[in-house]
Amino acid sequence: MLSEKVTCNSHGQDSSYFLGWEEYEKNPYDEFKNPNGIIQMGLAENQLSFDLLQSWLEKNPQAMAFKNYNNQSIFKDLALFQDYHGLPAFKNALVKFMSEIRGGSVSFNPNNLVLTAGATSANETLMFCLNNPGDAFLLPTPYYPGFDRDLKWRTGAEIVPIQCSSLNGFRITKSALEDAYKQAEKQNLKVKGVLVTNPSNPLGTSLSLHELDLLVNFISSRNIHLVSDEIYSGTVFSSPSFISIMEVLKNKNLMNTEIAKRVHIVYSLSKDLGLPGFRIGAIYSNDERVVSAATKMSSFGLVSSQTQHLLSEILSDQNFTKTYLSENRRRLKERHEMLVNGLKKSGIWCLPSNSGLFCWVDMRHLLSSNTFEGEMELWKMIVYQVRLNISPGSSCHCSEPGWFRVCFANMSEQTLDLAMQRVKSFVDSMAKQDNQSRHQKLMNRNSRRTKSLPKWVFELSFHQQEIVANER
Amino acid sequence: MDHNLLSKIATNNGHGENSPYFDGWKAFDANPFHPQHNPDGVIQMGLAENQLSFDLIQKWIESNPSASICTPQGAFGFKETAIFQDYHGLPEFRTAVANFMNRVRGNRVKFDPDRIVMSGGATGAHETLAFCLANPGEAFLVPTPYYPAFDRDLRWRTGVELFPVVCESADNFKVTREALETAYKKAKLANVKVKGVLITNPSNPLGTFLDRDTLKDIVNFVNDKSIHLVCDEIYAGTVTNGDEFVSIAEVIEEVPKCNLDLIHLVYSLSKDMGFPGFRVGVVYSYNDNVVNIARKMSSFGLVSTQTQHLLASMLSDDKFVENFISESRIRLAHRHDMFTRGLAQVGIGSLESKAGLFFWMDLRRFLKEPTFESEMTFWRVIINEIKLNVSPGQSFHCSEPGWFRVCFANMDDETTLVALWRIKTFVRNNRNLEIKTRKQCWQNNQHLRLSSRRLDDILTPHRMSPHSPLASPMVRAQN
Repeated sequence: MLSEKVTCNSHGQDSSYFLGWEEYEKNPYDEFKNPNGIIQMGLAENQLSFDLLQSWLEKNPQAMAFKNYNNQSIFKDLALFQDYHGLPAFKNALVKFMSEIRGGSVSFNPNNLVLTAGATSANETLMFCLNNPGDAFLLPTPYYPGFDRDLKWRTGAEIVPIQCSSLNGFRITKSALEDAYKQAEKQNLKVKGVLVTNPSNPLGTSLSLHELDLLVNFISSRNIHLVSDEIYSGTVFSSPSFISIMEVLKNKNLMNTEIAKRVHIVYSLSKDLGLPGFRIGAIYSNDERVVSAATKMSSFGLVSSQTQHLLSEILSDQNFTKTYLSENRRRLKERHEMLVNGLKKSGIWCLPSNSGLFCWVDMRHLLSSNTFEGEMELWKMIVYQVRLNISPGSSCHCSEPGWFRVCFANMSEQTLDLAMQRVKSFVDSMAKQDNQSRHQKLMNRNSRRTKSLPKWVFELSFHQQEIVANER
Repeated sequence: MDHNLLSKIATNNGHGENSPYFDGWKAFDANPFHPQHNPDGVIQMGLAENQLSFDLIQKWIESNPSASICTPQGAFGFKETAIFQDYHGLPEFRTAVANFMNRVRGNRVKFDPDRIVMSGGATGAHETLAFCLANPGEAFLVPTPYYPAFDRDLRWRTGVELFPVVCESADNFKVTREALETAYKKAKLANVKVKGVLITNPSNPLGTFLDRDTLKDIVNFVNDKSIHLVCDEIYAGTVTNGDEFVSIAEVIEEVPKCNLDLIHLVYSLSKDMGFPGFRVGVVYSYNDNVVNIARKMSSFGLVSTQTQHLLASMLSDDKFVENFISESRIRLAHRHDMFTRGLAQVGIGSLESKAGLFFWMDLRRFLKEPTFESEMTFWRVIINEIKLNVSPGQSFHCSEPGWFRVCFANMDDETTLVALWRIKTFVRNNRNLEIKTRKQCWQNNQHLRLSSRRLDDILTPHRMSPHSPLASPMVRAQN
């Protein structure tokens, strides 16, 4: 009686990524009311810089009460404004902001910008524009779990993974790209493009110039699209600095070519400004047909005019945006270090990263077996015993078990500190348990065939030395 | 440029914007009327907006600064609002919207806030329901005439089809069981699987609303065929006499053994409150599965929490809501009458209607031939000579040529008078255009109870006000 979209699972909400959220909802940590509850570390939110926004609002009362700078009411004009081209003042301010994030290395034309209800809608809309049902996009793994829903559910698009490996820090390689393409061909899927998140969710790393070059060459030779989801571009807090795909095109003198028309950027204010509730997303494309089609499609999810107005006021204040971006980055860097160092004390290492609101954490040594079942087992222990909701790598389609995404920007310092303490206790108790278990096994060695012990038992003391050697 | 590089959806005409009806909009955009700056420009009468009651809302906003989270009084709530992205929506928002929906229906129904699902306007709501209820290639039956953008909203990205249920002027465009059965059979013959019926009640473009018996017939029809019913009630608050409006929510309680899993509503604040810019759409379903999945789909078009917060506050102010609903109805009715009476003075009739932001104008006697080509030709005359952007009936898939939708609530009084004056002037100067004789016209229009009654009304005016066209010096001068 209902459509197949209702009865299938492509909304992806049965995945562990969302199950962890559900467990958190049942038992959420609160410093006073529920100090033993689950700490939410699975939510990539930026809550570190609201005070800056709040103080701007207090200083700019006219932006607030539907009034313009002459104190005239603009309520009616806003309430009626439903033009899918968007509020010009907002788009102008947004493209300037995007340019500022990129250090002024590229400038964007507001006429090539399409506003959408969040990046969720932007990504889906691009799939509707670029893919026919059954066509495929290649995505490097690990990737944001929500893509399974956003890119595939209602569009009929397919995702074929570009397998990236911890051996080279999960960097995109030429052979991985080609393997993915061949894999798609084997499955009889027509590849329409590549979608990358830069900086990466969940890795927290920004793409290197080498990777970006590879991508441009790859899409050029295959005559396919490149979608660059740059929603974390404002969160790059340490070197190497962020390189946008547009900058690469510019430097290669490809800006007015057919290749440039196949490159599209997705942006949003949910991460950089920490405003996910306001549903502000955007598509930027050099292809006017894509801009035209996406603009019409944005009718299904426009940005509230009230919100467009507020943000146009905030983003037009370039003194504010400059201060905000630099202070925000500083706070993210600090918090990132807190997490990395905190985990280090427990013998847990993070992929070295320069951006994002999370770390990609290596817990392979804590697995009882080097399998995804082992990962799930460890994840459940972390959710239920350690009481931290973190995201298992399998939910991000990571090809290797044992990696977890841990968010650091959606909580206070005290809460993060507590989370680190809980991890330490957990790791210590695991070591203790395993020492006891090892002793027991040693006792029983002659009476039965010895099972191989988990690697981490032996590696624990060596691992700490590894971290020091590999730090960069 | 390789056309295969983009999708079929991106390159086809499913968005509907290449249709000739946009010429009217283009004419307006190129030459928009302004009382001082451009008094000869095109007056926009193709836009179904409700601009008559903003003063009430403005007053409320000024008296309630904390509702805007961005005022000093409300800034303390800024962070919580800005980070809230739960697709269930703010609970107080859902409760307030349910409350508003109840009051618009005179509290004769009680909507459950937990069944309220957000969407990107009614546009997003319709597309979401199409995704939920039908697979590509399957169809919805839609009574004609219907809102043109349904072709895009229900079909473009979903692959779902629309099949017309032909309604005729002889019946006052009523939706009959017979018409539904005919459409259903036709679809079957064409090997198209029908998944549901979509009705807009009150109707766009007719401005009429369905009576209880018709609604019951429709509910029985969908139950018999085991297909869905989507009822778009976005104009529910524009009914002049609120007590007369019957919502589907009331009817389903009166139909024994109605399968509630088949019943779904679409609502929005764009028309009743005049907030199209805020993108507040609602999917309301009696089917738990649909609520669940539509909610997941709402991720693609959530309402900004800034807006949720504002409206939660506004719509839970019962006193304000009651006053707004009743005052808005009065103003809409008054403006509607201003137009229809003014037109009746020059013998132009319209379908009798007591709702909507528009009326369905009968210009059949002005067509050279009773054909759609003639309708198009005359429409271009209206745009280019009379300089009014009205919407031709064929854009609404009307089965009979000569009808036009005229919007009246998107302008001030002054513009209204100018529009009326232009029409009257045109009619008086072009008597030769009236092809049919007056007698024939009156015979055709017997059911519509038009001109004669209205002329009587005007000769003995009983509702004079400073805004009445009869009182206006502009109108008197022409007489």
